[in-house]
Amino acid sequence: MTTVAATAQVAHGHHDDRPFIRKYIFSTDHKIIGIQFLFVSLFFLLVGGLLAMQMRWQLGFPGKPMPGGGILPETMAPGGVILPEYYIQLVTMHGTFMVFFAIMPLLVGVYANFLIPLKIGTHDMAFPRINMWSFWSAFAAGLVMLASLFVPEGAARAGWTMYAPLSARHDYSGAELGQELWSISIVLLGLSSILGSLNYITTVINNRAPGMTWFRMPLSVWALFITAILGILALPVLSGAAIMLLFDQILGTHFFDPPAGGQALLWQQWGHHMFVSGMNPTLGSSFMVSTLVIAVPSAVKTFNWMGTMWRGNLRFTVPMLNAVAFVAMFVIGGLSGIYMAATPVDMFIHDTYFIVAHLHYVLFGGSLFALFGAIPFWFPKMFGRLMSEPWGKIHFWLTFVFYNCTFFPMHILGMAGHMRRIYDPTQYDFLKPYQPMNEFISISAFLLFATQIIFFVNFWWSLKKGKPAGLNPWQDNGLEWTLPSPAPHGNWERVPTVYRGPYEFSSPQVPEDYLPQTRKLPGDREPAAVSAAH
Amino acid sequence: MSWWLPLKGSTFAGEIDGLFIAILVITGIAFVIVEAGLIWFVVRYRARPGRKAFYTHGSTRAEVIWTAIPAVTMVALGLVSNHYWVQIKGRNSIPPNAYPIGIHAKQFEWQVTYPGPDGKLGTADDFTVRNQLHVPAGRPIVLALSSEDVIHSFFVPQFRVRQDVVPGMDIKAWFQATVPGTYELGCSQLCGLGHYRMRAQVFVHTPEEYDAWMKRAAQGEASE
Repeated sequence: MTTVAATAQVAHGHHDDRPFIRKYIFSTDHKIIGIQFLFVSLFFLLVGGLLAMQMRWQLGFPGKPMPGGGILPETMAPGGVILPEYYIQLVTMHGTFMVFFAIMPLLVGVYANFLIPLKIGTHDMAFPRINMWSFWSAFAAGLVMLASLFVPEGAARAGWTMYAPLSARHDYSGAELGQELWSISIVLLGLSSILGSLNYITTVINNRAPGMTWFRMPLSVWALFITAILGILALPVLSGAAIMLLFDQILGTHFFDPPAGGQALLWQQWGHHMFVSGMNPTLGSSFMVSTLVIAVPSAVKTFNWMGTMWRGNLRFTVPMLNAVAFVAMFVIGGLSGIYMAATPVDMFIHDTYFIVAHLHYVLFGGSLFALFGAIPFWFPKMFGRLMSEPWGKIHFWLTFVFYNCTFFPMHILGMAGHMRRIYDPTQYDFLKPYQPMNEFISISAFLLFATQIIFFVNFWWSLKKGKPAGLNPWQDNGLEWTLPSPAPHGNWERVPTVYRGPYEFSSPQVPEDYLPQTRKLPGDREPAAVSAAH
Repeated sequence: MSWWLPLKGSTFAGEIDGLFIAILVITGIAFVIVEAGLIWFVVRYRARPGRKAFYTHGSTRAEVIWTAIPAVTMVALGLVSNHYWVQIKGRNSIPPNAYPIGIHAKQFEWQVTYPGPDGKLGTADDFTVRNQLHVPAGRPIVLALSSEDVIHSFFVPQFRVRQDVVPGMDIKAWFQATVPGTYELGCSQLCGLGHYRMRAQVFVHTPEEYDAWMKRAAQGEASE
């Protein structure tokens, strides 16, 4: 591949001779921090999955002793039979771990840290030390949340949305320390996200390589940049609310406690999830319009993805398979969202399994398939090796099948009126006939979970034994693919110069079907402004 | 096990189910177009040796079309939904002759207060029954919902009615049952460890039956 060698600016990077602890543990290198986020959030993904398996056991086989459940203490599952108070902890902590400690850090913590400096062509984040603190504050938040599972009375019990006043008073929820630790953890995590977002915004604005204009910036960086801006707008409010909740729990304030003059709906804040909450119906109408309008950009995105595939030349590598599946599943999650935006229909399906199906198609389908594509795609740049393609494909197909078997039938349960977060559906006569479907979902969920073992084994095996990757194994155009794999400390000795956008595939100007952003063709002009940061 | 919506048990059910079906058709068409398109592209444009992708910078016309169609569809859907929403939840939607019933939710039970023979809440002949909601068919019912402790949610699937019950707020919700029979009322907002068993029975009576039940219940002969 002479073209690769000719176009790549092979850099030696800085030799990093700091001691191990500064290099890999208290590191300020954005790539190490990204990898730290990756390991930690994969761990929490596993924990969240393990909690979901216990819930599915109870829903599929209510009241039967759970295999292996004997190791749980009497206060959770005497004789392996899950208690209602343990079940609502499972509900709460599954959502909490998955949303706050797996999906969000996987999407943002890992890839914003790892990719932003690489993709815009800079040595590191604008504030490397703040970046390190962002990771350690998230890590501390994770430890506190994990610890809350082991305190007397167990973990928080009010659902991951933590609706007050259930979450605010011990006598309502039945858990004291667990609830408090939940709030403390979320405050710490909010701090981490605020620090991270500030860093991403500053870096993207100030540290772009010469020639990396706004409209030559990859969409991934755009998405992370916009997410960070939205985060800065929303997170202080959320953190403030979490602090108020903590005050209610610990100091005995009454922000969310109506008998004492508080306001319960203050917690919920976001109108488009609360049509039936008792808010002003006229407000409901306007939130409905704004919620329906969300469907339009989602539809545009979907058609753009399809337009990208149209007349393309698709190589079905593991990242591509997962990316296509992501589009296919995101569409289902997007379309099922329309049912909720139409308020009269929402009145029926709100807080049923229809919502559970919807949010898993958005969060699992829309995020995890993307991540199962992203992890093997950037694995070489992180670790210098490729993950196994055959095992990646087996993992993909099994995940795709069991995922749909798990979550699609939940739409049917929701249409029947099956409520969310109930410990034992057989309490209701009208739900008894649906028990075979609950059983089917549970068995599919167990198989889906078991399939993930393939992913984890592939990941660990490839760290040591994977095929060495070379600079640019996927023949992509981004700046990161001009660096050795793994990318060295400090990335570039001299930052690269950018001549074009990142999506020049099959350009008639070159014989190959890709054209790196850094490759200078005759007629390309040197960028006028050379960033002062370098 | 039915794979469809539950029995239509109230006057709202027809409209809500109609809207549901309309959305099902719209989303069904979009679903088939997108998924079939994806499968077609995956097969048709798979990589083959010696072939290069088509080089294009996109099409403004296509962008306009695929922005306009979803936008128009969503606005239309919004208007139709709002029409029904105002009928169901609008401030002036509650029929003036609606029959009042009080519902007080607490961990983990429904306390149902009936207006007694005089048909008015807040008078001396009111009486309260735990976990049993009796209503006459063919007559609008207005519920006065309140909560003792946390947020609960009143949900009867056959009526297609759900209303959160929020502590510190007095919330009204109305419906008109159409089919006499026995149903279940469930709490659909996580309210604590007993959330799953916060359940009540719903009896829809013919008007004559209801009057008879009211007479017996008011005299304290109700089964509880």
